[in-house]
Amino acid sequence: MKKIRILLNNISDGFRSVFRNFSLSLASISCITITLILVGVAIILSYNVNKFTDDIEKDVTIVVYIKDGTTEEDKEALKIRIEALDNIDTITFLSNEDIRKSMAKESEDLEPILNEYNSDTNPLLDEYLVKVKDTEKIGTTAKKIKAMSSVSAVKYGEGMVEELVKIFDVVKRIMIVIVVGLIIVTAFLISNTIKITISNRKKQIEIMRLVGASNSYIKLPFFFEGIILGFLGSVLPIFLCCYAYIFLYHETGGILFTEVISLVNPDKILLNLSLILILIGVIVGAIGSYRAVRRYLKV
Amino acid sequence: MNLIEIKNVYKQYKNGVTALCDVSVSIPKGDFVFVIGQTASGKSTLIKLLYRQERPTKGEVYVGGINVAKLKNRKVYKLRRKLGIVFQDYKLLPNLTVYENVAFALEMYGLPEREIRTKVMKSIEKVGLKEKFRSYPDQLSGGEQQRVSIARAIVNNPKILICDEPTGNLDPSTSMEIMEIINKINEEGTTIIMATHDKDIVDKYKKRVITLEKGILKGDKEKGGYSK
Repeated sequence: MKKIRILLNNISDGFRSVFRNFSLSLASISCITITLILVGVAIILSYNVNKFTDDIEKDVTIVVYIKDGTTEEDKEALKIRIEALDNIDTITFLSNEDIRKSMAKESEDLEPILNEYNSDTNPLLDEYLVKVKDTEKIGTTAKKIKAMSSVSAVKYGEGMVEELVKIFDVVKRIMIVIVVGLIIVTAFLISNTIKITISNRKKQIEIMRLVGASNSYIKLPFFFEGIILGFLGSVLPIFLCCYAYIFLYHETGGILFTEVISLVNPDKILLNLSLILILIGVIVGAIGSYRAVRRYLKV
Repeated sequence: MNLIEIKNVYKQYKNGVTALCDVSVSIPKGDFVFVIGQTASGKSTLIKLLYRQERPTKGEVYVGGINVAKLKNRKVYKLRRKLGIVFQDYKLLPNLTVYENVAFALEMYGLPEREIRTKVMKSIEKVGLKEKFRSYPDQLSGGEQQRVSIARAIVNNPKILICDEPTGNLDPSTSMEIMEIINKINEEGTTIIMATHDKDIVDKYKKRVITLEKGILKGDKEKGGYSK
C-alpha cells in the first residue's frame, strides 16, 4: 500500500511538471507527434507493401504460347510434361478463340479488327497459363518450359516483380533512416525538457534530499514526466493515422490501381499500429528522461 | 555508545583548508548542545558532518548508530529520516503553502492522507502557526518562516534536531521566540545540536557549549556561557 501511494505521488508529480512548463512540454510533444505520424505512415506503408508483394507474386503467371498447328495429342503431352516439373501450381488451357473473344470484349479499338477473324483465320496462338509455387524460381521454370517441343514462346513478368519489390524495399529503408533520425532528435528534445525541469526544481530537490527522500523517489517523477510526454505525443498520431487510413480504405474501396493490388483491411492493423505508436512514444520518452536524469540530476 | 559520537575527526577541504582538526565529541540522548565559534571556526563543518552533507577526511562519526563517514550516497536518506534539520535561510518552497511545505517532508513515506494531515497539523500547532497554515512563505515574517521550517523538521518525530544558525537572520526578540520553541522540543525528549554565534541566547539558556576555534575544540562545558 505504501509503495503504491509513493508511486502515485511520483506519477502525479510527473503530471504536474508536464503542465507547469507547458510551453516546453508542448515542444517535446509536437516533436514526438511528428515523428510518430511518420512512423505510423511507415508502418501502414510497409503492411501494405508486404501485401502488395504477396498479391503480385500470387498473380504471376507464365504464359506458354503453343506452336501453331500442334495437334491435340501434342498439346495434351505438353501439359503432362509441364505438370511433371516440380514448381508447378496450376495449369490452365486457353484456346485462341477464347483469347480473341476476351480481347475483343476488353478493348473497343481492337473489337472491329478482331471480329473480322473467325475460328479458322484466327492469327492468335493457343496458350497454357501456368502458375508456379515459388515465384523466385520462375525464371528457371520458364526456361525449362521453353525448351520443350511445340512451345513457341514463354512470357512472364520478367524482372518486373523483382523490380517492384526492390523499389518498395528502398522506400522502406529510407523511411527507417528518417524515422530513426527523428526518434533520436526527439529523445534529445525530451532530455532537454527534463533537464530544464530539473534545473527549475533544484531547490526542491535539495530540500527533498535534506528531509530524507531516497534517490529513486527524487528521480522517478522526472522519469514519469518523460513517459507522460511520450504518451501524450502518441495520441494525435494514432487518431490521425487510424482515421486517415480508414478514410482512404473506404474511399478507394480497398482497391489501388488494379484488382490485383488491394489495401490491407484497417481492422487487421490499426490496433497493432496504435499499440506500436504508444510503445515507441513511451520508450522514447523514457530514454530521453533517463538520459537527463543520469546527466543532470546529481543527487 | 551515545546517540552522537564524533571521534578524532579531521576535515580538510579540497582547496586545502583544514576545517576540523582532531575533534572528538560525544552527545547523549536528550542533550541540548550549542556549538559556538567565529566564522570559519569549523562549526558549520561539524554540523554538516552530522547530516552527511560532508564526509570527514579522517575519523569516525556515528549518528544514531549509523556510521555516517562510511554511508553510501544512495543510503543517505536513511540517516536523514532520523534527523530534523533547521537552516538559517529556512529553505522553504515559495510556491507551496505552510501546510504543503510541512507535508512535503512526509510525502516519501507513502502515508495515508488522513495520517499526513494529523501529523502536519500537530506539528504546525506546536510551532504556533495553526492560523496561518494556508499562507505562502512570502506572506510570513522571518520568524514565522523559521517556525514553518522547524515544523517541517519535527513532523516525522526525529530523535535529533540539527539547527544551523536558526536565528541568524532574525531580530533578538524573534530569536527568543524561536529558542522557546526549540527548547520545548528538547524538553519533549529530542536531542538538539545547534550552531550559533548569538551570545545572548547561549548565555540565557545555560546548556552544554562546545567551542571551536580554527577547527580545534577549545572547550566543552556543561551549562556554559559564550564568554571566552
